[in-house]
Amino acid sequence: MSWAAAFLAAIGRPVVGALALIGRLALFALDALSHFARPPFYFREVLQSLMTVGYFSLPVVGLTAIFTGGALALQIYAGGARFNAEAVVPQIVAIGMVRELGPVLVGLMVAARVTSSIAAEIATMKVTEQIDALVTLSTHPMKYLTVPRVLAGLIMVPLLVGIGDVIGVMGGYMVGTRTLGFNPGTYLKNTVDFIETLDVVSSLVKGAAFGFIATLLGCYFGMNTGRGAVGVGRATKSAVEAAAVLILATNFVLTSLFFSI
Amino acid sequence: MIELADVHKAFGSNRVLQGVNLSIPRGSSLVIIGGSGTGKSVALKCILGLIRPDSGLITLDGKDVTEGDRDAFLARFGMLFQGGALFDSLPVWQNVAFRLMRGSLKRPKSEAREIAIEKLRRVGLKREQADLFPAELSGGMQKRVGLARAIAAEPEIIFFDEPTSGLDPIMSGVINDLIREIVTEMGATAMTITHDMRSVRAIADNVAMLHDGVIQWTGPVSQLDCSGDPYLDQFIHGRAEGPIEAVR
Repeated sequence: MSWAAAFLAAIGRPVVGALALIGRLALFALDALSHFARPPFYFREVLQSLMTVGYFSLPVVGLTAIFTGGALALQIYAGGARFNAEAVVPQIVAIGMVRELGPVLVGLMVAARVTSSIAAEIATMKVTEQIDALVTLSTHPMKYLTVPRVLAGLIMVPLLVGIGDVIGVMGGYMVGTRTLGFNPGTYLKNTVDFIETLDVVSSLVKGAAFGFIATLLGCYFGMNTGRGAVGVGRATKSAVEAAAVLILATNFVLTSLFFSI
Repeated sequence: MIELADVHKAFGSNRVLQGVNLSIPRGSSLVIIGGSGTGKSVALKCILGLIRPDSGLITLDGKDVTEGDRDAFLARFGMLFQGGALFDSLPVWQNVAFRLMRGSLKRPKSEAREIAIEKLRRVGLKREQADLFPAELSGGMQKRVGLARAIAAEPEIIFFDEPTSGLDPIMSGVINDLIREIVTEMGATAMTITHDMRSVRAIADNVAMLHDGVIQWTGPVSQLDCSGDPYLDQFIHGRAEGPIEAVR
């Protein structure tokens, strides 16, 4: 009996913990969103976050997209050759990048780069009493730290996804035309003809959702860090893990919503 | 006047404050002493609303601090944090002028900068140091910047959390003198937390000793050495033997 109870407790404890975390995250998200429409607004912090989240993420997003697009073209060509379907490379690269790989890879890159830096920065501010100092200086940490970063995630990550999509397709184009023998004009025409508005819209909507998740989780785990350097390390690790898992889960849900028959 | 009446606060099973009663008259300087982990910082953070007490009442000029306009309430306070708590991403002058660049006390940037430089001068720092970042300053300089930030908006009430911790004796003396001068000059109400008995004698009008979650002794600094309280005597003389259990 005691063995069974211990077994159930071992399963139940993490489940209850996960549910509690989801509840706290939902309350944090609602609190953050409620501050979007209420002054004061810190425009300088928003501009700074737009640069950090968006502009400075461009190199890593660009490099990830171009290599992925190129590899995708090679894989589709090799796989398609098994049933004489090599000609579909431009279409499949385009649909794969725009619908799926572009948003997911950009989301994960943002989780690695932005979520970690937000979580570490805010957690350090927390353990060094900078957050308390903000409060004593009549500045709401949610408005000053969370709102600018989440807003930047919502605005800049869809843009990064759009740019990543284009660069990824161009990666496929470069491999397709230089290595696989495709005609450049035909490759581009097939790509453009095949992509539909819904593909692009779904890509950008996913980008906005992933940007929201990546920045919100960075802020949440930073604000709720434990003590000392260990606390900051744990907060950063947990933020990136949670953001990556939630991005992939959200991707599945959004893909089901957009493309379910 | 700030008053704490029967304030309790526990963290899990650790009952830190167990009925703190304390009053700080307007314009006076109170220093709270007590061993590490006795809840001095918790009491201070409860007054500021950074921590919510489990029970009890904290009032400022007779009004419950948890009610009313929070911004207006906080605008009356300045605080020097133990580690400085300076914002790493902002240069020194923007740290000092933080409150003057945002919210209800917002001023034009050039005016805020001039006020910041004047406050930095008041704590013995030069104009050239205004454009440095906190990481480029020594510990003593960071304390001074924290002090300049605490007084930048000329608050009515200033809190000092361990103002001399981590500083050498000379720099501690300098900071103590600065605090005393500034508090006297501004006519502010001050509450300081410290272990440093030199600070106590330099800064305090009144002293309160926190032990076992309650105020063990309180009185004017002039009675510190003749209180007859065994807890206070042991603490101020730093003796290992006495009613306060020393962990070896």
